Parts: sequence; C-alpha cells; structure tokens
Amino acid sequence: MIALPPLAPPGVLTSDGHDAAICCFPTKQQYVALVDAFKNDGFEMCVDLCGVDYLEFPTRQLPSGVTPTRFEVVVNLLSLSRRERVRIRVQAGDDEPEVDTLFDVYPGTEALEREAFDMFGVLFTNHPDLTRILMPEEWEGHPLRKDYGSGRIPVQFKQTPGPR
Amino acid sequence: MIDDTVRVAERIDLLTAETSEGEQGLQSRASTSSGQLRREVGAVLRLDGKTLDPSSIDYEVRDDETMIINMGPAHPSTHGVLRLMLELDGEFVLRTKPVVGYLHTGMEKTGEELSYVQGGTNVTRMDYLSPVINELSYSMAVEKLLGIEVPERAVWIRMLMSELNRVCSHLVWMATNGMDLGASSMMIYGLRERELILAFFEKTAGLRMNLNYVRPGGVAADLADGWQDDVTVICDTIHDRTFDYDQLLTGQPLFRQRMVGVAPITAEEALALGLTGPLLRSTGVPWDLRRTMPYLAYDQVDFDVIVGTYGDNFDRYAIRLNEIRESIRIVRQCIEKMPSGDYRSQDPKVTPPPRARIGESMEALIHHFKLFTEGFQVPEGEVYSAVESPRGELGCYLVADGGAKPYRIHVRAPSFVNLQAIPLLMRGGTVSDAITVISTVDPVMGEVDR
Amino acid sequence: MALEDLQHNFLTGRIEDLVRWARRASVWPASFGLACCAIEMMATGGADFDIARFGMEVFRNSPRQADLMIVAGRVSQKMAPVLRQVYDQMMEPKWVISMGVCASTGGLFNNYAIVQGVDQIVPVDVYAPGCPPSPETLMHAILTLHETIRTGDILKRRDEGRPLHLAHDQSSWTPEVPVAVRVGTPK
Repeated sequence: MIALPPLAPPGVLTSDGHDAAICCFPTKQQYVALVDAFKNDGFEMCVDLCGVDYLEFPTRQLPSGVTPTRFEVVVNLLSLSRRERVRIRVQAGDDEPEVDTLFDVYPGTEALEREAFDMFGVLFTNHPDLTRILMPEEWEGHPLRKDYGSGRIPVQFKQTPGPR
Repeated sequence: MIDDTVRVAERIDLLTAETSEGEQGLQSRASTSSGQLRREVGAVLRLDGKTLDPSSIDYEVRDDETMIINMGPAHPSTHGVLRLMLELDGEFVLRTKPVVGYLHTGMEKTGEELSYVQGGTNVTRMDYLSPVINELSYSMAVEKLLGIEVPERAVWIRMLMSELNRVCSHLVWMATNGMDLGASSMMIYGLRERELILAFFEKTAGLRMNLNYVRPGGVAADLADGWQDDVTVICDTIHDRTFDYDQLLTGQPLFRQRMVGVAPITAEEALALGLTGPLLRSTGVPWDLRRTMPYLAYDQVDFDVIVGTYGDNFDRYAIRLNEIRESIRIVRQCIEKMPSGDYRSQDPKVTPPPRARIGESMEALIHHFKLFTEGFQVPEGEVYSAVESPRGELGCYLVADGGAKPYRIHVRAPSFVNLQAIPLLMRGGTVSDAITVISTVDPVMGEVDR
Repeated sequence: MALEDLQHNFLTGRIEDLVRWARRASVWPASFGLACCAIEMMATGGADFDIARFGMEVFRNSPRQADLMIVAGRVSQKMAPVLRQVYDQMMEPKWVISMGVCASTGGLFNNYAIVQGVDQIVPVDVYAPGCPPSPETLMHAILTLHETIRTGDILKRRDEGRPLHLAHDQSSWTPEVPVAVRVGTPK
C-alpha cells in the first residue's frame, strides 16, 4: 500500500487495493482533485473507467465512513514510470448518478465515460459530448442497470406456425 | 398515378432516418459547440502548446466549404462494422468521428447470467482474433479472487497458446492491412500461415477459434502427444516466411509511400488518450505488460520489446511484424522449458474429477454435475487483471458478490480506447491515408462493442 | 439455318436450365462481415480452402454487384436497419446465407442487444451452424445453395407475395425492419 499523493485533497478514505497499490474512496467533491493529484504524482494514464450498479448487492465491503450508493464509478490509473496501479471508487448517487468528468485531466476517458453513461445512465458533468455510444440513439433505458431485463427470449424447440 | 421520383426520394429519406444515429454522428460546424469542436480537432491534447499548434484549429472553416461523408458500417476497409463520419475539405480530412456499437452484443450483461465456469465461453468471443488472451485475462481475474495457484505446466501452456495466438492475430492483421493497401497477395499469405496455427489449436482445444481453452484453474486439456514437433514446424515455417513479407512489403516503394511518415502520433498524445499496445510502443514508449508488469512466466523467458521512433504507420507495421518474430522466440523457449505435471489445478473446488473416475465413483459424478450446473462460489471482492493482448492492455474488472455468477464483469478493451486516436491520426491526411490509419490502429469491432 | 451447317458440336437444352447453370456457377457474395464468422469467411476465401473453385472468389463490396449476402456474425439491434438497407440495395435475384448460430438464432447471446435470428429481417435461404462455422461448413452451405439455385424457379421474386397496395401507397411505406426490433425490454 502506497501513500496518497502530496496534492491529494484532505480526508480521502483508502483501503488496501489487493491487486492495485491502493484503493481510494473519494467523495464526489474530492474526486477530480484526487485524480489530478495522482496525475501529477506520476500516474500518466487512465487505463479504465466503468460504472457498477450495486442495486442487488448493497452489503459490499467499504471502509467505514463511506456511504454506499447504488451507482459507483470505478477508475483504474496506471503509472508507467513507477509500474503501479491505483483504483479509485467514487459513489455516484442513487437515482440520478452524476459525477464530474475526468476529460480535462485525461482526454482518453471520453469514450469510456460515454460508455458508462450509455450502459448505466451516469451523467458526467461538463463532458464535451455525452451521447450514447453503443446503443442506438433512440434506445430507452440503460441496459446494464440491474433493474433492466436482459431481454432474454424463451427458446422454442417446436416449429412455430406462421408464414415464412 | 404515382410519381416515381417523389416516391424514391421519400424512400431514401426514410432509410436515412432509419439508419441515422442522430447525436452520435458528426454534426455540422454550425451545430457543434466550441468545446466539442476543440475535442474533435484534437486541441485538448495540446498540452501546453507543445504537441499541436493552437493556430491550426480551424474555427474559420465554414460548413459550405466542407462535406460530411459517411464511411461504413458496411465498408470493406473498416475491419468489420466501424462507421466513420469524415468532414472533408476536398481530398483532405478535417474532422472524423467514429460511430461504434454496430456489433454491441451485450456480453457484459450476458456475463452476469453465466457462472464462472461458463464465463470463458462469453469472453472468448469478444476479441475474436485473440480468444486465448481474452480467456487468460478473465481466468486470471477469477483466480485472483479465489486465491488459487495454477500449476507450473498450465502456466507454460497458457504462455505457449497466448503467443501462438498473438502470431495468429498479427498475421490476420498483416493480411487485412495488405488488402487495404492493395497488396492482395499478402492477404493470401497471411491467411495461409494462420491456418498452420489454427490446425494446432484444433488439435489441442477442439476448435479453430473461440477456444474456451484457458479456464479458471488451468487449461481445458493437456497438449496432444507430439506437440513439440507440430509447434516446431509452425515456428520454422512462419519465421522463414516473415522474411518473405519483408520482400513483399517492407522494402516496397509503393507500400512505403503509403506508410512512412503518414499519421504520426507523439508519446504525450498517446499517453493522454490512454493508448496501449503497438500504438503506444510506436511512439517510443517501451511499455509492454509482459515485460513491465510480468504475469504468467514472462519473466523467465528471453524476448525483446519492439519500440518505434516516429509513431507513424510504418512503425506500427514494423512493430507487429517483429512481434511475430519475438513471439516465435518465446514459443521456442516454451518448447524447451515446458515442465511436466498437471495441466490444471487439483483444487476440487474449481476442477472437475477426471473423466475416468466419473464412471466409477458416485461422488465424482455428483461433483462433476454440481460443478457444471451450479458452478463454484467465488468470495466477495473486486479485482482488475490486465494482460498484454495483440492490441494493448486487455483488462478484466470483476466484482464478485459471493455467489456462483459474477456480479459485474467489465472488460477494458484496448481497441475501444485506441479508437479514440483515429480523429487525431486522420486529421490533415487524405482519404486514402484514412484507410491506412484504420488499418494500423487495428480495431477489432467485437472487442470495441462487446 | 439448318443444324447440319454448324461446324461445332452442340447441345440442346431449355433456357431455364442454362440460366440456372449460369447463376449457380457465378454467385458473387457481398462482403458483409460482422464478427467472428467474418474471419472464417475470409479464411474460406484464402489459399487453403479456396472458394474460387465455386466461382465465388469475387467478394463484392458494393451490394449492387452482389448476388449473395453471407450474414457472417451476430446482428445487433443497431446493425439491423443497415443490414436491411444493404439487402434492399442488392439486385434480384439474390440469396442469403445465415452463417453461424448468432446470425441464425442469436446463439449464446440471448439478450437485449442481439436480433434473435436474422430471418426476422431478411429472408434466409441456407443456415450454416457452428460458432463459428468452419470453412468446410460454410462451403457445404454454399453447395446447398448452389443446389437450390440449380433446381429453383428462375422467375421468382422476393417481393412477389407483397400486397400491391403496400408497394404503391407512399404514406404507409415503411422500411422493412420490424418495429419490435428497436424497442427495449425493461423488466
């Protein structure tokens, strides 16, 4: 486990990161400042950003002091010079999840944030082009939410009547 | 009486409305905000004025001077179903916007419905050119959560298969890249060499593609008898033939004119965009997870990380060609150093009993049945595991809730992130350069859209 | 002109047979690769399997020049209108091979994103099973199609059964993508 970068906002909760060097749980207000601090500390690349919907799993383990919300945005940063990874998990909110965009810090998160918006409906404030990326434009709903059905069609093993 | 002209015109409108993706596409400049325009022309990567001249942002270009054309999703050179909208000034590309999602398969949703045992069949179909490496990333994530050790022989088999898969993937890339540039013979040669490897895959795993061979706990089956000879033949043949490719392409003036110095990218831009794989290495950054953050047994084999200098198309080509040779080097070392032992973990939690015991023992039968119907339970937690795929860092982020199915499975697809470089690389080039850019970025749409 | 005056050997036959023979021997596929199956389709065109033996090596990129659409891979909801548009652009006579289980039935991916069978969008002549079908399976599908062409009706049109009032009424004309295809399914 490594220490937080010197420029990090005060009061960020952390835990052991297992596969990453450290796992941070900033609040929404601390989020962009923390990522910026990591960038200045040598984490050159934002490798991954995704959303998670914890609707059916609210009992997850979090350090004390973190209020769990339904949606979470998970960011994985990578330092090429130090060969380390950090993970940042920010609680995004319950009904209308919204966090600030990382676009100004890492322009490479543009498509990943659009994907998180498309799949979970997480709004990224100040994102330059927050449109759907994978689903058709007029699609209703956000498919990876837990209350969205998988759309499974029952398989029929008998020939259905009808013109073909 | 029906006026045919009117009807045909309406029909086109209707069809356009049906296939248009609205806001997702490239908009005219009049309806584009300045922030969005700055992003589309790459100004956000300016990074203190070093990498892109601020004056090159063409705010003064008017809509009636340019033309927005659509390329794809059913276009031969877009490697699948990538759709690009290009803003052209004559022959030159000003803005580009990739529109993706035409192969969106909902694999992350399906992955939540499949147990950990079945999950491999799902992830292997994401990047269909490197199925083994997809499975590897997923299996390593599950193993990290379970905390099980993989036997030494399984590690080396995984490494052998990954490297053969990397060769296979790069060969398809060489083939399609050749075809995009008009070198159709390369198409034939690339696919011919690939068949050698596919035949070995079929012999080992039973399938040519989408193997589901690497599974949590080890691999599905041991290597077939006499595999050393098969692999040696593959290595010798392909290694010799890479020099034919040199003659066919590398020194070819026509080929070089299309590749050398076209669409360069700098290391700063590549890092800011999160590019990995040959795109990042072509800018001179020696970042290869096999070397820098070793997994499997890559720290015990000898190989070189190929890096470029200029970040142009030719560097990306040369990196992939030489990675074929380096992978063959690793494969040869795998033949020499392959340890004996189990090919899968003997932990009964994840490994079914041997086939022979199922006929004799009731417990073994029940165990086998339960493992393949209910699956095994994975302790609560979250994990991110990354491997080096032929296209860059392939990560698998897994959230487990203690049940037999993943709570959330997210795959960090290198092609998806690398695709963001396309607008920057195409800017200022001609339409014919755009073709080479798509080709050398090497997106696999199955992985982009998942 | 009497037949005795001809300098060469000749065969007699019906014009239908000649047309069928000609069609069968030069089916040009449209290169409509979608996913994994497209790679196997390319392999079929490669040196080892050599689809040129069936007069089919000319993969046409323009649908206007193609007779056969090999739907190679899973068809997503977003792709469905595009696929139908490409199919509509192809000239009669035209045929469709649904390659792989994803195109035929949705396969492994029974979910919101994938059209459960491309036959909901375009009429399919031959289904090739497999995930992905090996080149041998694809060639078998192609030979099956050749046999269908050889024995089929040469004047049959795809749109034949369509009510005339629909074909000519402008206001009710809709692209032939079923509406249900584009609607999500919230729980």
